[in-house]
Amino acid sequence: MKDHTTARMIKDKVFRATVILLACFSMLPLLLILYFITRNGIAVINWEFLSQLPRPIGEDGGGVFNAIVGTAILIILSSILSIPFGITTGIYLSEKSDGKIAHIVRLCVVVLQGTPSIVIGIVAYLWVVAPFHSFSAISGGVALSIMMLPVIIKATEETLKLMPYHLKEASLALGVPYHKTILKVILPTGINGILTGILLSLARITGETAPLLFTAFGNQFMNWNLFKPIDSLPYRIFYYAMSPYPEWHAFAWGASFMLVAVVLGFNLIARGVAAKWKVQF
Amino acid sequence: MESTVLKVSDFSAYFGDSQILKNINLETDSNFVTTLMGPSGCGKTTLIRCVNRMHELIPGARVTGKMYLKNDDIYGMEPIVLRRKIGMVFQKPNPFPMMSIYDNVIAGYKLNGIRFPRDELDNIVERSLMGAALWDEVKDSLHRKGTFLSGGQQQRLCIARALAMNPEILLLDEPTSALDPKSTSAIEELIVELKKSVTMLLVTHNIAQAARVSDYTAFIYLGELVEFGPTDKMFTVPKDKRTEEYLTGKFG
Repeated sequence: MKDHTTARMIKDKVFRATVILLACFSMLPLLLILYFITRNGIAVINWEFLSQLPRPIGEDGGGVFNAIVGTAILIILSSILSIPFGITTGIYLSEKSDGKIAHIVRLCVVVLQGTPSIVIGIVAYLWVVAPFHSFSAISGGVALSIMMLPVIIKATEETLKLMPYHLKEASLALGVPYHKTILKVILPTGINGILTGILLSLARITGETAPLLFTAFGNQFMNWNLFKPIDSLPYRIFYYAMSPYPEWHAFAWGASFMLVAVVLGFNLIARGVAAKWKVQF
Repeated sequence: MESTVLKVSDFSAYFGDSQILKNINLETDSNFVTTLMGPSGCGKTTLIRCVNRMHELIPGARVTGKMYLKNDDIYGMEPIVLRRKIGMVFQKPNPFPMMSIYDNVIAGYKLNGIRFPRDELDNIVERSLMGAALWDEVKDSLHRKGTFLSGGQQQRLCIARALAMNPEILLLDEPTSALDPKSTSAIEELIVELKKSVTMLLVTHNIAQAARVSDYTAFIYLGELVEFGPTDKMFTVPKDKRTEEYLTGKFG
């Protein structure tokens, strides 16, 4: 009798240890990535790296200022394009959750989420680059905004679905029209979930390279013109890492460090927003 | 100075194919509390929601017959205009969670984009909160979130929010069913006090509550108005056998 219990307890302990061990293993890749990027990248980061343009090989110094500005412009462009569509679609899905069109829209969102980013790049090429006969910041923004859409839509839909029904009733019973109820009561109450979704979608697209290859294209020089090709951090990493020069490899590490820092920053802010702006019912 | 505030005549309500209310006739006079009483599922909540047309939020809802608020045909006007004239308090306290106590009280004006000078708003807030017997408890924390209040206080805040719009009738849909006994008695005292200035229609499945606060009672059973009359009369000498059985706890 006693032996039986001991065997069970041993099995229990082994199971527990395995689960904990495997959980630790799954953290390992992230820790290694962070370790290597920090070790190789942080040495490159200085004011010059952040504030100067790339220089030709053989010349010392230079930086990735154009890529930082480019990434910022792309983030702003894709946000402007995707947030209005994303939030309104999310509202529609949560309000008309079992309509026929809603089912189709929801299916499209899922498919869009699974679409390879390079395919989205090609679509943006066909829609924006080809008709304008030029690679451009705008085409990059379009490609990235398509990638942001499903995340924002899902976040908005899920957040608004969690809103208690009695909140809407309270507003409607005061004679507040439906559109104002949505815009002034339901959206502000769910703002933390929606913002979190937007930040997570930004974290997702900031590191995207594939859709930018034939849209924003990359640019060695500073460019503020939205109709001209523009640089970005992931593209700069790709370009430098593919080169045969050790100096440029070091720059690729530096740019990687920056990129990871930005993405991590978005994720941390998203967590902060989710926790701090949580509405108590 | 009695006058009819709400008149319901030959009123029936349906959700899809099922008839919820059958040919209801009812009149409420100003400054009286009328209770709609009956077992769960009898249609009393549907009836009160038909008064400010909140039942229309449910797809497939339709009605026949007439309802008049003062002399206006309820089903002949825009719901948003109608609902501004009718206050409603729900089962569960539902203050707006992102608004302060102050903003919650004037939410009806704020959300509808109706502007007032600041001192007039201050007046409305003070008057409404006093009307809801909440002023003394919250006057120092008007700009805190309404959701910090206790459940009973939140419900009184919702009453203040409804009062701020100067409603012609106040609908109370089981306002105490989510509250503890102490908060319940506070709300009941408030209802008796409010009678001086507002006409009220109260839904409850609590027989004792109906007896404590109301002047008139309507007993609704299976969508039918079984009996309607002064509360004290109905509770002492009910005319209908079903009313008697309900009051004595034989069913419900």
